[in-house]
Amino acid sequence: MLNRPLLCLAALLGLTATVNAQEKPQVFTGAQIIPISGAPIAHGVLVVAGGKIVAVGAADKIAIPAGAEIHDVTGKVLMPGLVDSHSHVGSGSGGDGSGPIQPETRVLDSLDARNASIQKARAGGITTVNVMPGSGHLISGQTLYLKLREARTVDDLLIKLPDGTNAGGLKMANGTNSMRGANGFPGTRAKSAALVRAEYIKAQEYLDKIKRANGDAEKLPPRDLALEEMSDVLAGQRIVQNHTHRHDDILTVLRLAQEFGFKVVLHHVSEGWRVAPEIAAAHAPCSVIMIDSPGGKLETKDADWRTPAILEQAGVLVGFHTDDPICDSRRFLRSAALAVRAGMTRQGALAAVTIANAKILGLDARVGSLEPGKDADFIVLSADPLSVYAHIEQTWVEGTKVFDLSRPADHLYAVGGAGAGDSRHAQLCCFTSAWDLIANANHGGEQ
Amino acid sequence: MKIITRFSLLVTWLIALGGAHAENIAVLGATIYPMAGAPLKDGVILMSDGKITALGPKVSVKIPEGYRILQAAVVTPGLIDAHATVGLSGLLNQAQDQDMLEKSSAVQPELRALDAYNAKDPLVSWVRSYGVTTVNTGHAPAALISGQTMIVKTFGRTADEDVINPAAMTAVTLGRNGLTNAEGGSAASKSPGNRSKAVAMLRAELIKAQEYAKKRDAKDESKRPARDLKTETLLRALTGVQPLLITANRQQDIISALRLAQEFKLKIVLDGCADAPMVLAQIKASGFPVIVHPTMQRSYEDMENLSVETAGKLHAAGIPIALQSSYEAYVPKTRVVLFEAAVAAAHGLGFEAALASITSGAAQLLGIADRTGSLVVGKDADLALYDGDPFEYTSHCTGTIVGGIVFADGAH
Repeated sequence: MLNRPLLCLAALLGLTATVNAQEKPQVFTGAQIIPISGAPIAHGVLVVAGGKIVAVGAADKIAIPAGAEIHDVTGKVLMPGLVDSHSHVGSGSGGDGSGPIQPETRVLDSLDARNASIQKARAGGITTVNVMPGSGHLISGQTLYLKLREARTVDDLLIKLPDGTNAGGLKMANGTNSMRGANGFPGTRAKSAALVRAEYIKAQEYLDKIKRANGDAEKLPPRDLALEEMSDVLAGQRIVQNHTHRHDDILTVLRLAQEFGFKVVLHHVSEGWRVAPEIAAAHAPCSVIMIDSPGGKLETKDADWRTPAILEQAGVLVGFHTDDPICDSRRFLRSAALAVRAGMTRQGALAAVTIANAKILGLDARVGSLEPGKDADFIVLSADPLSVYAHIEQTWVEGTKVFDLSRPADHLYAVGGAGAGDSRHAQLCCFTSAWDLIANANHGGEQ
Repeated sequence: MKIITRFSLLVTWLIALGGAHAENIAVLGATIYPMAGAPLKDGVILMSDGKITALGPKVSVKIPEGYRILQAAVVTPGLIDAHATVGLSGLLNQAQDQDMLEKSSAVQPELRALDAYNAKDPLVSWVRSYGVTTVNTGHAPAALISGQTMIVKTFGRTADEDVINPAAMTAVTLGRNGLTNAEGGSAASKSPGNRSKAVAMLRAELIKAQEYAKKRDAKDESKRPARDLKTETLLRALTGVQPLLITANRQQDIISALRLAQEFKLKIVLDGCADAPMVLAQIKASGFPVIVHPTMQRSYEDMENLSVETAGKLHAAGIPIALQSSYEAYVPKTRVVLFEAAVAAAHGLGFEAALASITSGAAQLLGIADRTGSLVVGKDADLALYDGDPFEYTSHCTGTIVGGIVFADGAH
């Protein structure tokens, strides 16, 4: 039995130097770099400092800053951190069973930042993620766009927009999931659309009242959390992330988006291949799920792996998502590879897990490609990202390593096993490694 | 002459009426993995009447006149899914295509897969499109004794035509998933409500079968018991004819399965075994094989500790393994053993052992190695064709041959 306090102390003393590591420039050399924003670089150099990318390019073109910490990643592949446009990691929630329209609920008020699923997402190379409420409502609540930094609470994960608000979208759904037929939930598709239209009209009138009040507090309508949220959507400040499978449901979403002028991303899009020209004409991006078999429910019986290729050819912006726990965050790159198997271009598929998803979330100015000035979010792989044999070895968010396959505790989350379902231990700077040592010492459960 | 022509016309007409038929086929493979001997470069496999008739290097095997010639970068034996519900569960996941679980009672060994298998469900052709030619399918691991499994080829004709072994195993589930009335459960049957009760019920059933066997052998015919389908099935487990397929994921459930096997001298096959790395020595000592959970299965409840490395660890310990698609209540409805083996290959199992876990190794485990699972002259013409490393995500299965019938409707 090892002495735990002693171990902690040893780790603290030994690792104090790493605390300020990200203050000095860090340079990654020798890897093949896939910047996404340009052609792959055979022998690339990436320079990061202050959590941002400073330079990226061929080894003979990039000057290595004095005093930089050099990471030799020769033989590896380095690419942007993955962006997942639809996930349920962190066990968040939104609306409850009381009704079909609950835009006032927020994932923010429910997310467990230490949940094992979040560390598994880091193991899968995901650095930015849209955490959504479920799809059992017409409007199920406010989603949260997160950066998977080291985190003790949800606040450590938030992405702050210039106006100080938290980045996120509004989750909507149509089709059978939200057709519960009781408690005010719709029983048909037409009713579903009618309820949503009525809500948007209410929001229009709410906005109108505010406008007519012209700053007069007496004339302002009383605050309404649901309508405030819907007003943001109408003003284009919040993107609707809409779950939809069947081709007619997809068209319904596009019809409502056109009527009310909201920005929308189509999610899952199982029958997107049937209405690719219509989706392209509406300029609606698609976040597609690549699931192992069709069916499971009637409205997904015609799901087809060729959908991303068909949408790509039609000129639609295509991203992928895990819908974790439906698909495992740790195998997110597999979605891109399966799309290539079914005809998508390699370039399009890699974009679909990076820059396309960044655009889908409206975060492409910050993440999704390796370009100077963008956040230093990247992953280091052992082999080509579309190969089953490739392992994600490191995940970095804003210049800080948040996952390292060579650390026993991180390896556990990457491959599973006893303890991989438990919440991650508290992360307080150097404590990470202390906990690793303990995890290592306690790694006696297996024979 | 005239008669002969008419006769052959009639034969042609009959074959056309029957649809697909076993052809004379030559498959040229840049790399062939026979799974019996070393891989073969630039090889040829000849098939006739549904059987493999020749296998060897292209230079030494002459392709007879009139053979249909297929080419592939990689050729493997047809894949075997060692445990599925395919055909009992359908692609749609609607009430009318879900026959993998009967909830009226916790103990129903008499339920035969043969009486529920729908050879024409799209899920059958779906798994076949990824190279699967044989499936051990049956009642889901979700009741103490949910029913039997059958081993069936994926021709997609009828259950009776396609079956190899109509009563392969009897499915038992230990642990939380096998409890019909666990806390918060709402099943009709009251028991088992916990692990102790589940094992007590199983022991009681097996003892009943032992007693039945004694009485059945009575000299005085009038003293012999009335036929009982439940007991007859369990008797086949007691005599080793039809092993129990015991799904056990938590280590205590794996140990319970081994304890049961020892008490009743049962031949069992362990299934799932998420916690296997914790009890490797005990599994190894038992000599029983393991049909490991799908590599990419979701981890929750009893499967909380599953790992993509478990198949590799079992194999390294010398424990015979096979992989499976298993059954999950939510999407994806059916996993594909090809994909599960791929991820296992990349996480410690390695290419050859991963391929064996869905071909030769699975055939041995299921007791069908004399017919399929490897490319050997005289065995069934069950093959899978690929345009690259079968495990790579971006490779395609370009054709599946089941008993000499070619299924190639596009690359998958």
